[in-house]
Amino acid sequence: MKILTLNFLMCARKACKSSSDAFPLHPRDVELEIVETDINPLFIRNILPRVEWAALRAMCNELGLPQLSETQPSCTDLFSTENLDPDATDSEPTQTLRDLHNLLVQTCIMEGKLVCGNCGHEYAIKEGIANFLLPSHMV
Amino acid sequence: MEFLVRLVQVHEAFREAELRALAELTGIHLEILEYRADSPFCVVRLDSVSSARALISRAIIAHGIYELWGHGKNYESLHEDVKSRSAHFWKLYETVSFRFKVESYQGKRSSSEHRQIINSFEYVGFKGPIMMTGADQSFMVFEEYNLTESKPKNLWFGRLVGKSDREAITKYDLKKRNYISTTSMDAELALVTANLALAAPGKIFFDPFMGTGGFPVACAHYGAHVLGSDIDGRSIRGKGGKQSVLGNFQQYHLTSYYVDGWTSDLTNTPLRVRTGQSGRRGTLDGIVCDPPYGVREGLKVLGRRDGRENDGPVVVDGELAHNRDGFIFPKRPYSFDAMLEDICDFAALMLVDGGRLSMWMPTANEDDKHLSIPSHPCLFLVSECIQPFNRWSRRLLTYQRLKGSDTVEWQPKVREGPNGRAHASDLNEFRKKYFEGFREFDYNGQPKQKSRRG
Ligand SMILES: C[S@@+](CC[C@H](N)C(=O)[O-])C[C@H]1O[C@@H](n2cnc3c(N)ncnc32)[C@H](O)[C@@H]1O
Ligand SMILES: [Zn+2]
Repeated sequence: MKILTLNFLMCARKACKSSSDAFPLHPRDVELEIVETDINPLFIRNILPRVEWAALRAMCNELGLPQLSETQPSCTDLFSTENLDPDATDSEPTQTLRDLHNLLVQTCIMEGKLVCGNCGHEYAIKEGIANFLLPSHMV
Repeated sequence: MEFLVRLVQVHEAFREAELRALAELTGIHLEILEYRADSPFCVVRLDSVSSARALISRAIIAHGIYELWGHGKNYESLHEDVKSRSAHFWKLYETVSFRFKVESYQGKRSSSEHRQIINSFEYVGFKGPIMMTGADQSFMVFEEYNLTESKPKNLWFGRLVGKSDREAITKYDLKKRNYISTTSMDAELALVTANLALAAPGKIFFDPFMGTGGFPVACAHYGAHVLGSDIDGRSIRGKGGKQSVLGNFQQYHLTSYYVDGWTSDLTNTPLRVRTGQSGRRGTLDGIVCDPPYGVREGLKVLGRRDGRENDGPVVVDGELAHNRDGFIFPKRPYSFDAMLEDICDFAALMLVDGGRLSMWMPTANEDDKHLSIPSHPCLFLVSECIQPFNRWSRRLLTYQRLKGSDTVEWQPKVREGPNGRAHASDLNEFRKKYFEGFREFDYNGQPKQKSRRG
């Protein structure tokens, strides 16, 4: 499961939906892996405004990954020229873009658990696939 | 400028919706001048040749698009039209290599007739070499016949400017795919679904019922990044290796687009609704799905059939049973109509403004008159495409999230109480009819093969 995906997910329980503690989920006993993936500047540019930066920073902290800047980079930080068209040949990806790609798309949790900070429920991740099914008393 | 689209005479009800979706996707102004369900020829107005090429390059239910040089009901009027409409083009192609072909729809011509027809265009004055393959330019005479008549009723002459993406159907053919299931959508309609939902590079798409990943693969073919989930984790994992959702992405060299797949029930989804100062903010650019019809597999959601959800956790050997390997999460039957409404609610919460939901819905034919298409105050029904079978049909419903609809007040439906507890057949009109009547047809509407297992 990619760090990007984790930024979109919270506890699946209806009872936790309104709690600010149910997002982000807390990784526990995790095995991380870098899965090499082609960099896609257009995708990063489109997805960046949808990322919750504070939650991403917290996630990096918990996983012991390099600390992120306090403020969320903006789309202009992704390319070295004024040209924001990622298909344009003169829009060289910046280090910020490469770092974001590495963190959001290439860093994956292969094994471990995700724990809800509100109800304490644990979701298992096996072979990179998380299981968000709930036992019936939690539905 | 006018262009002739050479459509394919299949899935007629999807063709116009596909063209309009591709026009929206490419930002091209499309005016459909002539279209008939019983004809593969469609005349459109577009601003340029490059627009025509861009429009058709992703089409699935079309072969190609032609710059229209003339139309007539017979050869006399065709030639007259070509002379008055396209004389200014002729000089441009005087010296290039070219190919000239006649295609008769629902009619037949001998090769000597072909030659005669081609020769009758001599006046355009092309002097370049004629090449059957690899020519710079292809010119086409299209004849349309009524089945029973020997003379064509419509003639068009045009220059090929762009080919469709129909070859993708062969590339993604289920027969050659490593990992499929009985409910995998055929490649052609999965690709059309991705087109109607406007899958495109840079976007993020989601299939909440991903099964073997047929729709996510189709969306990734068009450069979208994809997420998927399924209540049955085994369908995502498959047998592992090649025979898994990931294996399918590997087969087509699309792994860069496969963001993640996880196990979850759509009615208890972990996807989070993002909120900011100005309210809800969308996360997904598109949602594509074929919800469980409850024909092969009963439609299920988390919970207990007997409603004893409050019994509390079970502890085995000092450990919570649901945290142990192999725990089976109890599921209960659910109503298909409720599921469709839940999908609309979910789409209204998760889509960005302008984002699309394309979902399939089966119906028994006799239902047609009082059929209710789900609706939602934040979603606008863009198109409804019907694929008819003998005894049932299925529809591809495509919705678009309305811009500014965040101010619309609505509440996601909360479902509690006994309506979810009955037998699945009581909950799902379609499923009931299926078991009552048209069992002889399989999931894709084909007559069932005799099973060897009996
Ligand atoms: C019609 S199949 C989709 C097949 C898929 N398009 C493919 O290419 O394989 C429906 C899928 O929905 C899943 N499903 C059933 N109930 C569900 C629920 N409540 N939430 C999520 N998925 C569910 C089933 O496990 C099944 O894989
Ligand atoms: Zn929780």
